[in-house]
Amino acid sequence: MEILVCIKRVPDTSENEIEVNRDGTDIERDDLVYSVNEWDNYAVEEAIQIRDKVGGSVTVVTVGDEEGEEVVRREMAMGADHGILLSDEAFSGSDGKGIAAVLKAEVEKGNYDLILTGAQADDGSGQVGGMLAAMLDRPYASLVNLIEIVDEKTIKVGREIAGGNQEMNEIDLPCVLSIQTGINEPRYVGIRGIRKVASLEIPVHTAEDLGISADIVGESAARTKRLDYFVAEPGEGAEILEGSTDEIIDKLIELLKAKGGIK
Amino acid sequence: MAQPIFAYILHKDGTADDTALELITAAGALNPDASITALVAGSGAKLDSVCRNVGPHFDEVWKIDNEALAHVSAEVLRPALVRILPKESIVLIPHEHFGMDLAPGFSIKLDAAYLPDVCGFQGIENGKLKAIREEYLGQVSTHVLCDISKGAVITVRPGSFKADENRAKVTQIVDKTAEALEGGVQGGFRRYLEIVAAEVGDVDITKSDVLVSVGRGIEDQENLEIVFDLAKAMGADVSCSRPIVDAKWLEKSRQVGTSGQTVKPKVYLALGISGAFQHLGGIKGAPFIIAVNKNPKAPIFQAADVGIVDDILDFIPELTDRINEIKG
Repeated sequence: MEILVCIKRVPDTSENEIEVNRDGTDIERDDLVYSVNEWDNYAVEEAIQIRDKVGGSVTVVTVGDEEGEEVVRREMAMGADHGILLSDEAFSGSDGKGIAAVLKAEVEKGNYDLILTGAQADDGSGQVGGMLAAMLDRPYASLVNLIEIVDEKTIKVGREIAGGNQEMNEIDLPCVLSIQTGINEPRYVGIRGIRKVASLEIPVHTAEDLGISADIVGESAARTKRLDYFVAEPGEGAEILEGSTDEIIDKLIELLKAKGGIK
Repeated sequence: MAQPIFAYILHKDGTADDTALELITAAGALNPDASITALVAGSGAKLDSVCRNVGPHFDEVWKIDNEALAHVSAEVLRPALVRILPKESIVLIPHEHFGMDLAPGFSIKLDAAYLPDVCGFQGIENGKLKAIREEYLGQVSTHVLCDISKGAVITVRPGSFKADENRAKVTQIVDKTAEALEGGVQGGFRRYLEIVAAEVGDVDITKSDVLVSVGRGIEDQENLEIVFDLAKAMGADVSCSRPIVDAKWLEKSRQVGTSGQTVKPKVYLALGISGAFQHLGGIKGAPFIIAVNKNPKAPIFQAADVGIVDDILDFIPELTDRINEIKG
């Protein structure tokens, strides 16, 4: 099975507190730790496990500048066979639809049975997988937390729905799936693994290579644009307990007793 | 004339979801002059019951009635809706598991703008809609500008708008089935099989009065011991947020959130939980919420009654010791 996984390099929210910069034009990017988007990492692990079971290959692709190479390499160290960087000045400022259009062009250069994306990334939109499927006229399922290969043309997928329930579907290949966290346990990638792939050449495909006209990507084509970043007004918010730890614990125990929190 | 607004109605067992009336408020905030039409898909008597229930709040109800929609699949519904919606429509869809399945591809097929997971609207100027979203799991917010002049598909975060129960209209229920499914039901490349019900765990957290809930801040599986010790001292049950279940440290049946359990405790102690909206969506019944988190900007402090800014790994053992001392 030929599998393509679309990944994104993002600020790692488990490593950073995200703050707004002074004029609100961006988040504070000095000293940020970047990594592969958590959801995408689960998608790559899933692709590797499927390949190891039924054969084929895993290709990871990202749209971004040269720093995107770092996450492509990391996922290759994890076990992906190929990596591709889609990079061009013309892509910068693209909205979700623009990114999906770039990925579509790359998909059409290959012969993929299964295309995976993360269910969402840093901006919480969860849009690229569904858009890509619609552009390709292929079936789509979102929030996938189980994949079973039935045969060469069919897979079964579980979708995470409300209340911990799972919606099972059968889908014909080729298809696009967006992967939810928790579907598997992504393997650890050590320094040695990274070193092994450090010197591999990652091919870069530009707008021209992909035959993408400038009017469907980039900032000028984007119909949804971010104006600024801000920190929401606290609203009522919590009463923050202050003082020494002992004093805080005294107050807390009093509150817990009053509210029935200690039996 | 204002662009017409359509609201997609989620429903189950003949009853509309809470989001149905929230979308009315959202539509009003988007453009108070626009007409609001409910889109309701399903089958038979249950569908009719939903149409009767929500109908009087909308200018019109458009229903699509077919057995193939008894369990609504986004793949079946998407082409059907594309057939019936007028050009330049604005469609509001709840941002949850079904909306996320339907909406992104829907915007492509309608050639409409896409605006996901909106928490607020701030008006339209020259065909451009200003809206509020969150990024980085709620750590920062953004204003976005969306060109809706050729229509838009907008997903709305559940719970962001208060339900409007007072809007009253003389509603016409329009059966759009024939037009929507002209040429037959599409979307057969994906076939619904069944719902696999959530596993039942050893503890039913939906029945707990006091929950000690743990999140990513616990850092390591071995550290969970201090959480169970605290819960034992308090006489509480242990629940958790999503990352703990993803890491397989606790069973899914202990997860609080829209994709896990909906709990209704009297007291909810959130330890090292950032407070993503999906987690908060699983806490009902207005419990007394205490949050302990080392990040003073964590969104959980917006939802909590009382907050403590501290590292839970230091704080939990001290609290446990003190409670045990008091109880002797």
